[in-house]
Amino acid sequence: MSDETYLDLSDLTLAYGKTVAVERLNLSIRKGELIALLGPSGCGKTTTMRAITGLLRPASGKITLDGADITHVPANKRHVGLVFQSYALFPHLTVFENVAFGLRLKKRPSAEINQRVEAGLAMVGLGKFHSRKPAELSGGQQQRVALARSLVMEPKVLLLDEPLSNLDARLRLEMRTELQRVQRESGVTMVFVTHDQNEALALADRIVVMKEGAIEQVGSPEDVYNRPRSRFVADFVGFENIFAVKDGNIVTENGAMALGGGLSVNAPGLAWRPNMVTLGEGRFEGEVLGAAFAGGSREYLLKSPLGPIKAEMDAAAPAFKPGSKIAFDLPPERAAVLERM
Amino acid sequence: MTSRLLSYVTLTLVLIFLLGPFVIIVAAALSGGETLAFPPQGLSLKWVMKVFEVESFRASFALSMFLAIFGTLAALVLGVPVAYAASRYRLPFGETIRTIVSAPIIVPGIIVGLALLRYLVIPLDVSVGVALFIAHTALILPYAVRVVSASLDNLRSDIEEAAVILGSSRVATFFRIVLPNIQSGILAAFILGFVTSFNQVPVSLFLSGPGVRTLPIDMIWYMEITYDPSVAALAALLAFLSISIVFLAERFLGFSRYV
Repeated sequence: MSDETYLDLSDLTLAYGKTVAVERLNLSIRKGELIALLGPSGCGKTTTMRAITGLLRPASGKITLDGADITHVPANKRHVGLVFQSYALFPHLTVFENVAFGLRLKKRPSAEINQRVEAGLAMVGLGKFHSRKPAELSGGQQQRVALARSLVMEPKVLLLDEPLSNLDARLRLEMRTELQRVQRESGVTMVFVTHDQNEALALADRIVVMKEGAIEQVGSPEDVYNRPRSRFVADFVGFENIFAVKDGNIVTENGAMALGGGLSVNAPGLAWRPNMVTLGEGRFEGEVLGAAFAGGSREYLLKSPLGPIKAEMDAAAPAFKPGSKIAFDLPPERAAVLERM
Repeated sequence: MTSRLLSYVTLTLVLIFLLGPFVIIVAAALSGGETLAFPPQGLSLKWVMKVFEVESFRASFALSMFLAIFGTLAALVLGVPVAYAASRYRLPFGETIRTIVSAPIIVPGIIVGLALLRYLVIPLDVSVGVALFIAHTALILPYAVRVVSASLDNLRSDIEEAAVILGSSRVATFFRIVLPNIQSGILAAFILGFVTSFNQVPVSLFLSGPGVRTLPIDMIWYMEITYDPSVAALAALLAFLSISIVFLAERFLGFSRYV
């Protein structure tokens, strides 16, 4: 991985007719990076991906790839690969011909096509399936064919649209490992789109969190998971107790509350994950409204002067009964500091 | 129990209504007598043989075949792009275009025939053969568009984007990806168009002229002059031709999925 920018999106505005889907987006991706575009549906992540492939023409802005301005290069001349969420295999062609499709268009000699297709299929573990039709394959196998079909073209960037969403839980884990291996072996720059934070955290070198057509935060998985910078990102990665801060106090339903702990915070917000809430001791008191056993832990919903609080405790600790009053605390030193609410 | 009996009675009556004429025609065709009659007078194949000796039948059969084959091909050349555009792009006036294209199904054939005669053949002095060709193409077009549209709607459009990203132009994508996947729909449209054109009477009636007659029109003509069973024999032969075409189409294409 080099430090130089390889794929650059600059001031990119994307629209469908008059509806603006992405506004003035800026993003730089290095060669060999594995990037996740993460966000809820409608955040513009798929639109951004389509713009990189050339299937969607930007309303304004610039896309640079490997030093060349490709903003107006048509999709069939971009050297960008795309693995569709639906796989989009050609139903009338065999697995081999699906993978060979792009190479045949390039009029490569047939010996080279054979060799590259076989290598591609071997890479995704489908060496024995080349004479089958897509309809005879399972979802996971179809996805591998789609992946091989893109990889044999040796694209400069490989885009993947929700690559794991159509697979069952066991296959998902397998495919995740597979994608990482393929990326390592081929060294291809990958950008994948997902709405699943776990997928993004597990796979990506860097995560781009998007909301309503704009980037909320870009960072490593650890960064995004531990140090969300906005209310939206905090909420998205599981900080379920989020409070605005004013003059060093947290703002609650019942007015301002001193933060305590000798900490003065200038940020507009603080957030705690349920497992960051201390239960059984602390400065606040709440009533247990609900409790649920979640395997390794127990989840609680508290009614408190701060408003509803979600807490989580190790299952080995003694359980609190619904209806009981318990002490709890929001330790300021553990909170994520939010720059935007 | 009564309702069950009733449904059997209804079914039998419907079958008699549908198949009865066919049985009568076949029986009349095999008659040994000199006039078109039912029940047949004796059994003979002579009228079936006679069909092949009537010269006007041969000429009109050739014309009908020509119209059915090339009219259908022309309708497909026009109809496939229309169907493709309608299914893949949100066209301005898309609904209007669809209505216009399917108008020949809705408007009675007599009106279409009269209109073509009055506004095409007479003022523009278009020859009868050309007018027939245009009329048959127009009549088949709605079927072609409909059947091919059904195929296209079942074909995911993202495979076309996949082909484009792999380096294919839009035109090449149509021929390499779209066409192979809708070929059975196109074949079904061809068969439907062929049969529709071949059996067409009202429009052809208006556009037939001296020496230029499609087979069904020629049969009417023939019957007005010669009232022998050869017309029944020809009708039976045509019915068997149609049935075998549709049977084969159903067998190999699953024809009923498209129509």
